[in-house]
Amino acid sequence: MNVFKGSLLAVGALALSAGAVCAQTTVKWLHLEVNPAQIKIWEEVAREFEAKHPGTKVQMQFLENESYKAKLPTLLQSGDRPHIIYSWAGGVLKAQIDAGVLEDITAQTKDIAPTISAGALAAFTQGGKVYGLPFAQSQVGFLYNKALMAKANVDGDKIKTWDDLLAAVKALKAAGVTPLTVGGADKWPLHFYWTHLAVRVGGKAAFEAALRGENGGFESETFQRSGELMKQLVDLQPFQNGFLGFKNPQSTGYFGDGKAAMSLVISTVYHQQKALAADKVGIADDKIGWFNFPTIPGGKGEPTDTLGGINGWLVTKGAPKEAVEFVKYFVSKDVQMRLAGANFLIPVVKGADAAVSNPFMRNIAQNLARSNYHQNFYDQMLGPSVGRVVNDASAELAGGSMTPRQVAKAVQDAWKQGN
Amino acid sequence: MAAGSGQHPAAIPFPSMLANAYRSAAANGRLAAIVLFLPPALLLFTLFVVMPVAEAGWYGVYNWNGFGKPTNWVGLDNYRFVFETRAFGIALRNNVLIIVVSLTIQLPLALSLAILLAEKFRGAVALRMLFFLPYVLAEVATGLIFSFVYDGDYGLVAAIWRFFGAEPPYLLASTQTSMLAILIVVVWKYFGFHMMLFIAALQGQDKNLVEAARIDGASRWQSLRHVTIPLLYPTIRLSVFFAVVGSLQLFDLVMPLTRGGPADSSQTLVSFLYSHGVMRMRIGYGSAIGVILFAICVTFAATYKRWFMRDD
Repeated sequence: MNVFKGSLLAVGALALSAGAVCAQTTVKWLHLEVNPAQIKIWEEVAREFEAKHPGTKVQMQFLENESYKAKLPTLLQSGDRPHIIYSWAGGVLKAQIDAGVLEDITAQTKDIAPTISAGALAAFTQGGKVYGLPFAQSQVGFLYNKALMAKANVDGDKIKTWDDLLAAVKALKAAGVTPLTVGGADKWPLHFYWTHLAVRVGGKAAFEAALRGENGGFESETFQRSGELMKQLVDLQPFQNGFLGFKNPQSTGYFGDGKAAMSLVISTVYHQQKALAADKVGIADDKIGWFNFPTIPGGKGEPTDTLGGINGWLVTKGAPKEAVEFVKYFVSKDVQMRLAGANFLIPVVKGADAAVSNPFMRNIAQNLARSNYHQNFYDQMLGPSVGRVVNDASAELAGGSMTPRQVAKAVQDAWKQGN
Repeated sequence: MAAGSGQHPAAIPFPSMLANAYRSAAANGRLAAIVLFLPPALLLFTLFVVMPVAEAGWYGVYNWNGFGKPTNWVGLDNYRFVFETRAFGIALRNNVLIIVVSLTIQLPLALSLAILLAEKFRGAVALRMLFFLPYVLAEVATGLIFSFVYDGDYGLVAAIWRFFGAEPPYLLASTQTSMLAILIVVVWKYFGFHMMLFIAALQGQDKNLVEAARIDGASRWQSLRHVTIPLLYPTIRLSVFFAVVGSLQLFDLVMPLTRGGPADSSQTLVSFLYSHGVMRMRIGYGSAIGVILFAICVTFAATYKRWFMRDD
């Protein structure tokens, strides 16, 4: 009796588990998105994909930005790694490719590759092999609060040169308004200043020369001058009180609460400031403005050159082929147009930017389309170690504990040390 | 600390010593116990202590980002880089600072509170609980709570400053005050633990000794100074030991408060290891820091046990 019962159970269990194996492939998708409105659309995309591919389940996993960066190497080498991960391309991606933890998806994505902006796709290609697909681009620039700017009679749209910016900061301070907010504890928001200045001062040529180690590498004239210009700003004490203790989400919320006039941010902060404001409303669309990073007189960079991110999805080694299919679906023109239409991102699929309806996001899309030199974030581009030194040094420059010369030297030393 | 058991084998040659040990152990019937109880502990200790230490030593001589196998041998370069990093010096200084504050502020505070609260009076137990509570709180939670307390815009500190009409400071955002802010939290959090150690020791003391001293005409202070406290020496030595080891391990309070910043001003050795090793994917470099930290810990534990805790 007992034996019979037991074997019946075993057969039942076997049948169940076998059924589960045939029916279910789970695609584990790790993302860093914090905006609930955007996540909602992503979830819809996942459910649609499941409907089109019976037996596939897309499981969304979330990690906070900084935790993700810390956990990544361990995560990627664990047996339970996610199949699809977030990436900023650059040096970190290169390390992952070299370590062989990513899947080469060239063959599977051949059909979709021509539809994607060549520059964005190139960021995820190494040695002719594609390791991921880009899904969004972003631009770094100044977000400003029109009401606060008006208090000091400053017109954000008229800020074109670095001196204009310095003058605006002075005027805002005189009017009792905090000119700039920044998440100094996270350091990378401060590296935007130093690196975007370098983009303006030296242009593409200077960055590439530095990578080759010419003219003293990152200690060259360009980068020292960038530091000096940044110091001009820092000396005006333009940031909110205690800015070195602010984490980036805090600073974004600070801007959303209408406590500072400007912030040098990634264009997506336009959305995040709403979600992170105390009232969850933030600065309304008619009260928010954007101007591109000011130009430097005599700078070798073009005014249209941009600094920003290229974001994509990578497929990890050993992931089921459905994972690639899902990423392809995510960057299909249809989905890209939907996300662009909801104004959450600047799409990378050709023609999808036509769907961007919001004037703010349209402007960013146009800026990126006009840009001949889109510099990826230094802290991603130069790899995790040198990138962090750039962040540290920028924060120290902002805090007054390093001189422009020391900053340039610290970055160059790290670059030479090379790990 | 498992290191440095402090036992000194006499000048007996090793094999015969082993044979002796075997004979006496077998004779006592302890052999079975050893065979039964030693392997699990030994296995776990090897797996989670010896192996990681050995691995860190191995990684420490490679330039390695944590992916795949380390192949790029760099000798002692990582160690040189560690000693050349300014943050390492700051972290070391901060660790020493934590130890100094533990010994000069926390320990006397804990000891005096313990002497007061070891007496039996109404509310003594409630007060003990109250002072012990911070220790029960998780480190990360404590860090988050204090990051709100210290907040220059909304925090308690800001409110107090404003009450006196002063511009509130941003304690965590300045290189001058970040470490001070952390030290305050450390003392607040751990004095209760040391107090409890002392209370337990005080309650275990033979009351007759103090009574005898009082009968002999010693004042309250004299009996405290010459009887109670000397009897507490073993516990004080233990408390110092915990304070030093705790300082060397301090990490989870620092991260939510300052992440070691601004400008590395509040790094401890462990947070330095994390932010300069792990976060930068410089596992070789991080391992070198780990090995240095390990060397410091072992040296301290061994010397302290040999010099100060020999009789305990």
